[in-house]
Amino acid sequence: MSAFLDISYITKTYGAKSGPVTVVREFNLRVNRGEFIALIGHSGCGKSTVLSMVAGLQAPTTGAIILDGKEVTDAGPDRGVVFQSPCLLPWRTAYENVALGVDQVFFTSSRADRRAIVEYYLSVVGLADSMHKRPAELSQGMRQRVGIARAFALSPKMLLLDEPFGMLDSLTRFELQGVLLDLWQRDRTTALMVTHDVDEALFLADRVVMMTNGPEAGVGEILEVDFPRPRDRGTLLEDPHFYELRENLIGFLNERSHRKPVAGPPPSLVAAGYA
Amino acid sequence: MNEASNALPSLRSRLDALAVAGVRNLGIPLVAIAIFVGAWSLAARTIQVSFGSLPGPAAVATEIGHLWQDHQAERAREQAFYERQAERKKAFLEKNPAGEWKERKYAGRPTFFDQIGTSLKTVFTGFVIASLIAVPLGVLCGLSKTFNLAVNPFVQLFKPVSPLAWLPIVMILVSALYNPAHPLFEKAFLSSAITVALCSLWPTLINTALGVSSIDQDYLNVARVLRLGWFAKVWKIVLPASLPLIFTGLRLSLGVGWMVLIAAEMLAQNPGLGKFVWDMFQNGSSQTLAQIEVAVLVIGLIGFALDRAMLALQRAVSFGSQAR
Ligand SMILES: Nc1ncnc2c1ncn2[C@@H]1O[C@H](COP(=O)(O)OP(=O)(O)OP(=O)(O)O)[C@@H](O)[C@H]1O
Ligand SMILES: [Mg+2]
Repeated sequence: MSAFLDISYITKTYGAKSGPVTVVREFNLRVNRGEFIALIGHSGCGKSTVLSMVAGLQAPTTGAIILDGKEVTDAGPDRGVVFQSPCLLPWRTAYENVALGVDQVFFTSSRADRRAIVEYYLSVVGLADSMHKRPAELSQGMRQRVGIARAFALSPKMLLLDEPFGMLDSLTRFELQGVLLDLWQRDRTTALMVTHDVDEALFLADRVVMMTNGPEAGVGEILEVDFPRPRDRGTLLEDPHFYELRENLIGFLNERSHRKPVAGPPPSLVAAGYA
Repeated sequence: MNEASNALPSLRSRLDALAVAGVRNLGIPLVAIAIFVGAWSLAARTIQVSFGSLPGPAAVATEIGHLWQDHQAERAREQAFYERQAERKKAFLEKNPAGEWKERKYAGRPTFFDQIGTSLKTVFTGFVIASLIAVPLGVLCGLSKTFNLAVNPFVQLFKPVSPLAWLPIVMILVSALYNPAHPLFEKAFLSSAITVALCSLWPTLINTALGVSSIDQDYLNVARVLRLGWFAKVWKIVLPASLPLIFTGLRLSLGVGWMVLIAAEMLAQNPGLGKFVWDMFQNGSSQTLAQIEVAVLVIGLIGFALDRAMLALQRAVSFGSQAR
């Protein structure tokens, strides 16, 4: 069986002033349907670059990305993107921001149905009372909730999240991780999420993909996170296995991340059992 | 009790601060205006022009009164004319009911206040023409580098051209191209409006292009992820995102247009404030000079009011910038 998302040998080179810079080199990853992948790595190693190539917002310099049997050539609503900053349109209310995509994707549905979709997702993320406020009137956390609702409301094939909680305080972050996990639990959309928060990665993901440091970053190691779902933060924090995995991740980020990926079969293939 | 006595002084000091700010923000301009009026009357008393002395503030105030009386008198004459015409029509139709009565329009002299109206109408016509051209063109320039490169030389070349240079060309073209049997617009009006449009086009064009080309990439990514069509993208993302700068441009354009208008009207003999100033200048008396001074003040005040109105609009479309 071929993977749902197959990122194979992608390299991204930017033409900078001081000569071309290869940010990501021969990045390989296979993701199965319904998996939640966390992509972790040091700041500036190229996580956002990988994500935006999967989103189709940038093209890889070489290599290919195949999603559900089709090569990714352009952005599209089948991939819901939650950006690092929520980047809501400030002249539209929360409702209108979500409705923009819903009206575009479900244009065949009736007006009432589309309205119901928008209202449903906004209530699920806890914004039932502030639907008709503009982004300027919402807090950071509320804006990111709108961003999440906007992505889920399109019922995408795949979710792409770029440090969605990076700008939030830790209390809000915990809360929104819960919201995200609840939403994801409903239909198990395949998800790829960039983060540099170790606990977040372990709490949410099925596998954590660790990237080596840039330039020429690639996949370093892959960690299986086999806690049963639905997960509960309290139980997780009491599990000694959680701390083992955590040690492993932190060890990679502190010591092993600067190593270049070894030659030979790409580690992602090894980890996924293909080689 | 204790709290109240504490709160009182702080309230008082706040009120004091407000009063000081009020006195400063209102007082200083008032003093400046008073000094200006004083200097003006002094100048009026000392400077001799060909037909006597330069009219001072008092003379100008009297002329405002005269101009208003003139206007009232002219309106009364107009009304009297239409009343007489109605009577004659009645008499005529009684005599020969089958006959055809020809209505006549009152051909009175436009007063100062009529001319203000004409000027406003002309400047708005020109401004609307300019906006209808400049906003779409600016959007295209902002969206396409190629288009921008193609348009840029014309912007650079024509932007600095004075209205006085455009006007003859426009007048000749209007005469050549606009000859309907029942003209909807006077030629002079069209020439002035088009000249205004030609000169006030540029700020809107440049600012719209700037606004569109500097749209946050994130907003455009939203459009790409949703696969919005070209028109939906422009209408739902590009235009709203660049509205603040578009309105900055429109505000500048209206200001330029109003300045250009007076010159255009003088030359095109369009019955507006410019023509008024010119006619008064031709009369060359102390009274007409005072009327020109009235016109200068009125032109300034209207320009100021237009600018404030546009500023209010500009603020209304500038959504919170922290809203990302
Ligand atoms: N358009 C571009 N042109 C040139 N270089 C770029 C461009 N975009 C990103 N880079 C470079 O690519 C590298 C990776 O950037 P990227 O944003 O993917 O990092 P990241 O892992 O997401 O970092 P962070 O965790 O801080 O978000 C950086 O060194 C950055 O300077
Ligand atoms: Mg990033």
